Amino acid sequence: MFEFCTDPKSLETFQWFSCYLTTPKHMSMYYSLFTVVALILLTAPFGLMFGFMGAFASRSKNMIIRILGKGYTSIVRGVPDIVFFLFVPIALDQAIEFIRHKTLCWDVTEPIWRGNDFVVCRAAKMPLSEAAVWTHDVYGFLLAVVAFAFVFGAFCSNVLAGALKSVPRGQIEAGRSMGLGERQIRRLIEVPQMWIYALPGLSNLWQLLIKSTPLLFLLGVEDLVYWARELGGSKTSAYAYSHADWRLAYFTVLLLFYLLVTSISQRGFERMRKRLARGQNFSGAS
Amino acid sequence: MTCGEAVSAYLFRAIGVGERLLPSNDIGICEQAILIGSGVMWNIYFALFAVILGFFAATALALGKFDGGKFTKKFCELFIYFFRGTPLFIQFFFAYELFVLLPRLSIDIPLGFTTITAETRWFTRAWLGAAIVLFLNTAAYSAEIFYGALRAIPRGEVEAGAALGLSRWQRFRLIVWPTMLRLAWPSYTNEAIFLFHATTLVYFSSFPAWQQKGDALYYANYFAEKTFNPFIAYPIVAAYFIAVTLFLIFVFGRVNKRLTRHIF
Repeated sequence: MFEFCTDPKSLETFQWFSCYLTTPKHMSMYYSLFTVVALILLTAPFGLMFGFMGAFASRSKNMIIRILGKGYTSIVRGVPDIVFFLFVPIALDQAIEFIRHKTLCWDVTEPIWRGNDFVVCRAAKMPLSEAAVWTHDVYGFLLAVVAFAFVFGAFCSNVLAGALKSVPRGQIEAGRSMGLGERQIRRLIEVPQMWIYALPGLSNLWQLLIKSTPLLFLLGVEDLVYWARELGGSKTSAYAYSHADWRLAYFTVLLLFYLLVTSISQRGFERMRKRLARGQNFSGAS
Repeated sequence: MTCGEAVSAYLFRAIGVGERLLPSNDIGICEQAILIGSGVMWNIYFALFAVILGFFAATALALGKFDGGKFTKKFCELFIYFFRGTPLFIQFFFAYELFVLLPRLSIDIPLGFTTITAETRWFTRAWLGAAIVLFLNTAAYSAEIFYGALRAIPRGEVEAGAALGLSRWQRFRLIVWPTMLRLAWPSYTNEAIFLFHATTLVYFSSFPAWQQKGDALYYANYFAEKTFNPFIAYPIVAAYFIAVTLFLIFVFGRVNKRLTRHIF
């Protein structure tokens, strides 16, 4: 990075660190921060969307839809989230390849599951084996996003269903007496008013989401945990920057980083709560 | 392998009893169900260890944060803030690296009739090291729940106790503590469930599954990778966890009934 970095072995402590912390590998670690941020920013809206679908489904008049909605939330909440983080990407990947195999290679008659193998034809591979490396990374990342959104959608659905129930009945009755239809009541009265009830639950979920981003490591994404293990491990003198086992220091930095992010977002939610409570009759409105 | 053979070979495999080799070809549903079920023992062990010890630590921390001296209060606040603000997954990594760096000592603990040798390298094993992390983590989360409940105790009840001439300890034991538990219980039930689910992280963080003695998810992941078929092993884990979670809800519900028996 800097000009004086050509011979790391001759450097003073300060210069050594300024060189060490700007090696290409460290740069990759800083870039992996964007992966974490992208995961959070993509999961939040999709999770909210799954949550709305689940919440409205579990209040539906149609019994089958209601059972589906309630089943979704209670099953996901009854099983450790990490099971879904491991299961959803591989299941989704196999489902996509299975469908592609059936449509693209309909002439292949051999079974797809052969003993302990899952074999699809070359054209059905996702992404194609000759595709660039980055497409594999992006595909893997998107599968992770779906898994996260699936899990957090169920939690969200529970929060939103509770919030929708908390909207005062009088408000809905007033809407009905004005001749609004079911959909209008939902759009004009229920959804705008439920946010203040949903906010504590949603802010909890947001913190939970931030704190579960390190699990990306388990899905083979090169995230902060991956780089902390990689860079922190002891480096012999064969390396340009040799050092002892520094993983403890790297993980300390990660802990502090997450502590910072969670406390900043906590403050953000506190401000949002005050804003939403403005003009309403709540004790926390001031 | 028939189902009966699978039972005798793998029922206690997770604690090292039975067949040493894990199944590697012609894996039937029975083997998967039994081996994963044997792994559930670890999840239950971690959860029991952390929840039972964590309950007392959480009570102490909550009281410290609510009504402690200046130093105690600050310590409890920081402890809770740290463990609630950072991911459990990284806490595992951090603790493991910390325990690895401990000097390798063995301490003899004389018990009169026999002597136990406690070794610091046990901290790097999941049964002790990961259990400690889970204990500290759940202590912090539960303490925050208990603290919230302490703040919600009606002042009049405590004052009434003082007016009756109850001592500080009596007021705590007869009024503050039962009311705190009653108010906190629904959230505390949730926390216990979350903690039980979090035990699956142990063997996926840096704590190694020594001699392939792992928890339920460890074996499920093993099978999913061996058979390339996630649609059997993971639903089995899910079923086990739902069953234990329902049992947990039942037990906590009974306790809740007892705590609120004067109301209903």
